[in-house]
Amino acid sequence: MTARGKRLTLILAALALLGGATALVLSAMRENLVFFHTPSEVAEGKAPFGRTFRIGGMVVDGSLERLPDGVTVRFAVTDTAKTIPVVYRGALPDLFSEGKGAVVQGRLGSDGVFVASEVLAKHDENYMPVEAQHAVDQAQRAAATLKP
Amino acid sequence: MIPEMGQFALALAWALALVQAVLGLAGAARGSVGAMAAARRAALAQCAALVLAYACLTAAFLRIDFSVLLVAANSSTRTPWFYRLTGVWGNHEGSMLLWALSLSLWQAAVAGFSRSLTAAFRARVLGVLGTVSVGFLAFLILTSNPFERLVPMPGEGRDLNPLLQDPGMIIHPPLLYMGYVGMAVAFAFAIAALLSGRMDAAWARWSRPWTLTAWVFLTLGILVGSAWAYYELGWGGWWFWDPVENASLMPWLVGTALLHSLIVTEKRGAFRSWTVLLAIGAFSLSLLGTFLVRSGVITSVHAFATDPTRGVFILGLLALTVGVSLLLFAWRAPRLSGGGVFAPVSREGSLLVNNVLMAAAAGAVLLGTVYPLILDALQGAKISVGPPYFETVFVPLMAPAVVLMALAPFLRWKRDALARVLRRVGPELVGALLLAALGVWAAGHATPGAYLGLALTAWVALASLRLLVERLRQGAAPGLAARLRGIPGSWWGMWLSHLGVGVFILGVTLVGALEQRLDVKMMPGQAAELAGYRFVLRGVSEVPGPNYTAQRGEVEVWREGQMRTVLVPEKRAYFRSAMPMTESAIDWGVFRDVYVSLGDPTGDGGWVVLLFYKPFISWIWFGAILIALGGVAAALDRRYRRLARRRDSVPVPEVLPEPVAEAAR
Repeated sequence: MTARGKRLTLILAALALLGGATALVLSAMRENLVFFHTPSEVAEGKAPFGRTFRIGGMVVDGSLERLPDGVTVRFAVTDTAKTIPVVYRGALPDLFSEGKGAVVQGRLGSDGVFVASEVLAKHDENYMPVEAQHAVDQAQRAAATLKP
Repeated sequence: MIPEMGQFALALAWALALVQAVLGLAGAARGSVGAMAAARRAALAQCAALVLAYACLTAAFLRIDFSVLLVAANSSTRTPWFYRLTGVWGNHEGSMLLWALSLSLWQAAVAGFSRSLTAAFRARVLGVLGTVSVGFLAFLILTSNPFERLVPMPGEGRDLNPLLQDPGMIIHPPLLYMGYVGMAVAFAFAIAALLSGRMDAAWARWSRPWTLTAWVFLTLGILVGSAWAYYELGWGGWWFWDPVENASLMPWLVGTALLHSLIVTEKRGAFRSWTVLLAIGAFSLSLLGTFLVRSGVITSVHAFATDPTRGVFILGLLALTVGVSLLLFAWRAPRLSGGGVFAPVSREGSLLVNNVLMAAAAGAVLLGTVYPLILDALQGAKISVGPPYFETVFVPLMAPAVVLMALAPFLRWKRDALARVLRRVGPELVGALLLAALGVWAAGHATPGAYLGLALTAWVALASLRLLVERLRQGAAPGLAARLRGIPGSWWGMWLSHLGVGVFILGVTLVGALEQRLDVKMMPGQAAELAGYRFVLRGVSEVPGPNYTAQRGEVEVWREGQMRTVLVPEKRAYFRSAMPMTESAIDWGVFRDVYVSLGDPTGDGGWVVLLFYKPFISWIWFGAILIALGGVAAALDRRYRRLARRRDSVPVPEVLPEPVAEAAR
């Protein structure tokens, strides 16, 4: 093989490799994208059945309830317009609490209950909308300043 | 007074960086010896100024000076002194100061330990680094002043984020930053090569130890971060494909490709343009990582900033760096073409394929990381790309790379025959496939993934063993010890790192296949069983800490009727924030970890307890340590130092005639 021929073979092989990688990436992407839906969208039936997706909103005050096995919990997530009941088996993350924002991933059951496989544990205590965050920051700073 | 001094030192550092950038680049272009020497001194002075600035901020933290906003926001009178020390970088402004400090340390190192370089080349490298410094120090001064005062001064501070109050966090950020920022040195070498048009074997020999050192820091930084996530987050995972983790993985992948590409450039003079492109890519991805992590576009423990101007500033720096360096590349790269010709089946060929695979993997991770952000910015659509995507993509790209990795050292440079190589390592290949079959049978877990993982491990281990044996047979020196000593550091580096990859894969495979988890409600005195272990919750009691109160559980771990240990997981409530914190308890072992963490109280005196059995997870850390050790061994190779000595003994003209510099004028 000539030098030019060898180089051409290599370039073609590299291109084929890249093409394969691209195809792999695109198909994996299509299959594994997780969409986010608001409780309102879920209530309107816009969310897909039988596919994993995420919902997010505030955890309704007083909705957290522990089933007799001690490990399964029920709670409700609201976007203030619509509320979706959620069931989850497992330990809740540290930052989960009633009245705070939460994002859960899972599937919608045919009974309208969202079966969560994951309650997202963000590393930050301030996981909530930016506007609310700003207000809390201001309040905390004021409190810190007022202390003797 | 001290904070003002720090601020002054910061401004001074910026001015010095500017001087260094201008004198370095212009001095090299005009061949002015005086200007180049001044650039070198400016780099040392810049470093001194930043050390001073950093010391001032540290002093403010140690003296609990709440009149400094940063101190008030990230420490309290009850925070232990060592967490006040790390509180310096446990926030946006301080961490960017650490970034700038790391960059200046690298510059001082280049200025101090580069006697083997020609003066012009060193001046160019320092000029490029100075330019990067100018950008980042401007960012620091204009948008993120760490020395901002708080009036009136509060009586108590808000304490450091409890998640960061952990020993791992003391070493993780400095290591990772030295790695991230060290890629700037590789980048500067590449840009200097483009500017001068000089990129030969000597260039690769200069560049490689620096790149290796940065890469070792990056490897260790990622390792510590991963170990931290494992024991601190309380979820037992070691890698979550979280955007901040991906941000560090991408420069690592491209940096790894760069190390290998540099070998070919040094030994065969090939891959020059590709090497330059990888160096630009590695640094750009480091910058992208800084942007992702620090801009606040991603909610995580790393995102301190929510000020959009900061994100825009870093994005601007990133765009400028990528844009200018790619333009320069397009203009000058044609000069670098040429180099040794080689056949597809050859060591060069295998290194090329692995380079492409590594770059493709980095690209796939990049896509999965930024696609949701881009879609959000363009359409406001909220999507997420989870671990399944990354696993689906990463494994098929990396598995062939690992197969080739172990095969490549057996291949000859330039041209080889596949049949010859297969005759050499055929037994190892077949042995690995059989061992893996035996392994999945013994583990009772016959899945394709587990088989693939074990086969790769066995192949890497057997091939490494074979490589060592052949190497020792080759040596001319009599006696095994002499032959062992005769093997150069870079060979040991390759051998250790490749073996480390095998060990790492074994850990990943076995913990993935055999780990067990149980979330269970336990009353005091109650027991639970998992993986042959029996866990008894003695009780949960309240224990005071320096700046928190903890609910401490005591869990007895029994096996075969004997109590092995008592684990004490905690649920901490820190005084200054509403944030509860899970502190897991782990019985570390070479072959398995037993991991317990406390969930929530169930209200009737019981607790949700998380129990994990994690076989071979330590092998993930062992593998990463071996990989890093390999990097150290290669960086210490005698040939890099020998070159330096030779240059010392033979007087070389300070300024080599450089055709490009002539042409540019």
